[in-house]
Amino acid sequence: MTTRHPPGSPGSAAVEFLRPRSLSQALAAKAELQDALPIAGGTDVMVEINFGKRRPAALLDLTGVRELRGWQRDGALLRVGSGVTYTRLEAELAGLLPGLAMAARTVGSPQIRNRGTIGGNLGAASPAGDCHPVLLAAGAAVEAGSVRGARLIPADAFFLGPKRSALADDELITAVLVPPAPGPQQFAKVGTRNAMVIAVCSFALELRPGAGVGTGIGSAGPTPLRARDAEDFLAAELAGSGLWESREPLPGAVARRFGELAAAAARPVDDVRGSAAYRRHALSVLARRALGWAWDSYRKEGHLCG
Amino acid sequence: MRVTLTVNGSQRTADDVWEGESLLFVLRERLALPGSKNACEQGECGSCTVLLDDVPVCACLVAAGQAAHRRVVTVEGLAPRGELGPVQQAFLEAGAVQCGFCTPGLIVQVHDLLRRTAGAGLPPPGDADIREALAGNLCRCTGYEKILDAVRLAASRLPVMP
Repeated sequence: MTTRHPPGSPGSAAVEFLRPRSLSQALAAKAELQDALPIAGGTDVMVEINFGKRRPAALLDLTGVRELRGWQRDGALLRVGSGVTYTRLEAELAGLLPGLAMAARTVGSPQIRNRGTIGGNLGAASPAGDCHPVLLAAGAAVEAGSVRGARLIPADAFFLGPKRSALADDELITAVLVPPAPGPQQFAKVGTRNAMVIAVCSFALELRPGAGVGTGIGSAGPTPLRARDAEDFLAAELAGSGLWESREPLPGAVARRFGELAAAAARPVDDVRGSAAYRRHALSVLARRALGWAWDSYRKEGHLCG
Repeated sequence: MRVTLTVNGSQRTADDVWEGESLLFVLRERLALPGSKNACEQGECGSCTVLLDDVPVCACLVAAGQAAHRRVVTVEGLAPRGELGPVQQAFLEAGAVQCGFCTPGLIVQVHDLLRRTAGAGLPPPGDADIREALAGNLCRCTGYEKILDAVRLAASRLPVMP
């Protein structure tokens, strides 16, 4: 029997396959072989290898690194290990980080969610990554580890361009640090079906009662983006009109203006998944609806508490 | 490199595995287990679904080295040789197989859905649960109706599921 060539392999130089068993081993390996491509769930990396689009000098398999696989409270924050899968985000963090659980729920299929990780989503740094808008809206920070030590990169400083991040060549994403949701979170995404869809555009919102709001835009710019003008506008409206305290219905004009400002923050392009004009329009709708859903939750919480 | 793993209950070893190779390639081309199908090679179609340590995954997206020393169950391992598992039986009875290419992945995914449902002591999955569980398994022949029939049929026999 003739053995076929594995996809993408013919004529290729050997790739090294590194299997660290601890975080210190993983960081040492990354320091030594900075070209090594980290692989966790493989849902991005293996596609590129199968199609011959990428031939890394080495694959650094992080699935054997126990330290990356858990999540726990870390003071006032949650520390979510980079190896936590979408399936676990959805199942275990729906209460503490509902927006992140919602976003995880929209990724790929059950098989993809069983493998793909939050760290891999960040590492790929796609403008369309589903976790990213939520992490921006929640004011998360990415923990980058290396043999030099660990540093925290605010989510809104992490993404530098399409598939480019602030991670240095000797660093690995070890965790995401994020406050538990202080109020309602929402995530909304436009795609052609409910599964196996890369976002045409997406929007995430966090309400911080009495303190402000956070936003994140996905797949409508060279990086995931915050809609800062929309955040400032809504924060001022909610505080200025005493809405946090009264929990009165949100004026329609406020929700519409919030949507317009969110759309204005996008920097979309025309591509195979949608036109720039459609993305902008859809974002204004997503932002307005997400705000409506989040405000409804906030009002209901008030009834429960009151 | 050499990769040793447990496949369908037996320890297997594959030699000369390319470091960038997928688990799917190892199963099909090196271990003579062609049940898991090779179609999209990007996790879109689900036809290569296998259980990795009891969790359904697309074998095309698992690097071979990541499967080392782990347990893999393919469609070939779901029933003794020459016999049909309850999901396979239901697919046959419901006429859920046309060209058959997507069938192995569906069988593995449905097996997992019903095993998890039964294991948690839950009632049979509703249509929304079934559609969600199968969202990553594409079929271009059936229009899915017969597949849904098959899953409902298998689910109705849940108490006798292993």
